[in-house]
Amino acid sequence: MSIISVENVCKNFDELGVLKGISFTLNEGEVLSIIGPSGSGKSTLLRCLTQLERIDGGSIEVCDMLMARTDESGKVIYSDAKTLKEIRLKLGLVFQNFNLFPHMSVLRNITEALINVLGKSKGEAVAIARQLLAKMGLEEKENAYPCHLSGGQQQRVSIARALALNPSVLCFDEPTSALDPELTLEILKVIKDLAHEKMTMVVVTHEMAFARDISDRVIFMDDGLIVEEGTPEALFNNPTKDRTQRFLSRYTNP
Amino acid sequence: MRNLLPLLLGGTITTLKIFTLTLLFSVPLGALVARGRMSKNPLISGMINIYIMIMRGTPLILQLLFVYFGPYYLFGASYDRFTAVIIGFVINYAAYFAEIYRGGVQSIPVGQWEASLVLGFSKAHTFIRVIVPQVIKRIIPAMGNEVITLVKDTALAQTIGVAELFRVAQSASARQFSTTPIVIAGVFYFIMNGVVSRSFDLLEKKLDYYQ
Repeated sequence: MSIISVENVCKNFDELGVLKGISFTLNEGEVLSIIGPSGSGKSTLLRCLTQLERIDGGSIEVCDMLMARTDESGKVIYSDAKTLKEIRLKLGLVFQNFNLFPHMSVLRNITEALINVLGKSKGEAVAIARQLLAKMGLEEKENAYPCHLSGGQQQRVSIARALALNPSVLCFDEPTSALDPELTLEILKVIKDLAHEKMTMVVVTHEMAFARDISDRVIFMDDGLIVEEGTPEALFNNPTKDRTQRFLSRYTNP
Repeated sequence: MRNLLPLLLGGTITTLKIFTLTLLFSVPLGALVARGRMSKNPLISGMINIYIMIMRGTPLILQLLFVYFGPYYLFGASYDRFTAVIIGFVINYAAYFAEIYRGGVQSIPVGQWEASLVLGFSKAHTFIRVIVPQVIKRIIPAMGNEVITLVKDTALAQTIGVAELFRVAQSASARQFSTTPIVIAGVFYFIMNGVVSRSFDLLEKKLDYYQ
């Protein structure tokens, strides 16, 4: 069953096409990695899915709810605010630079949305947060403030914060790009564990070995277009497109 | 000398009244001005910008004269001098505070808004619970500076005839042919600002638990 269905999505920044007609579907329980050079539009695609950017063409559907479509005249029509909010809560997003709330304790970073958005009681919210912190190996840190945590710990808190809302899909926007190699492994392990639990995920990453290891499917993007798409074996071992080969060769023979 | 201290304390009370009332009104008014300055409507932000330019670009002493004598020359209307002082100080300080608030709000990384949006927070909730607490921490040093300046600026109230601390000290000084009252007034200002800067230090410490 497809959870996300993206069709012919376009996005321009000041007349400059960043996404030039992207189509793909994401199925339940699937892990999709998006790779490609910087500026290829991978992050923008993720930001369009999570409604941080508005699309300029095409359509997006999430969990059988229409987020936006384009009418005959080419005008993009977004759904009503209520649907958009519902869709927003179906998608969790983990940022490259964590974006934790620095003035809130680790626990409150997680409970804030549970209480104020989902309307859970404080006790319930704290219980959910503690359970997730335990899963992330951070049960000792619930009263700490983000500035006292390592980058890897901060990123684990932000993953817990996103998971707390029980999203249908968890999106990662280069989750390890701000971390050193050791901390990167720490985060990749968390994502791998989530993959084993059959969490549906979209991961924008520069970690090729990781993408190959955890993905069910990989998309290679360049210049606002999907160049090639396939299983990790197919894409990494036998890329059919010249552009994909050139990109991947930089990682295998640096 | 026996009568000097009660006299100066009386002037100090007027000074403290000006100080307190100015803060009471200009701190919230500044927020409103900052909101207008950041408005997407170019007419509103343009008008607010002109107001801020005038407030920051002309002497406060001139603004006080204008606020008090302006209505008289224009409509022949005169009103309470103390009220005029408060109005003059409030509109002047609100402009400075507004710019401090604006700088504070704009210094918060956009990622804080984005994280809140993705978590489903409303704009109001994001602003009040995520942005404002961080803004307060960031603007405390700049606000401390302004508030200390305000303590000293209250001396300008005498230009439209309000007998605050400095005016009282000056006239006592002239009567007694002595600089003592002025020196004592200086000590009073110093003590008041000691309290102000200590308060801001404590506030800064209180918010030191995160970076």
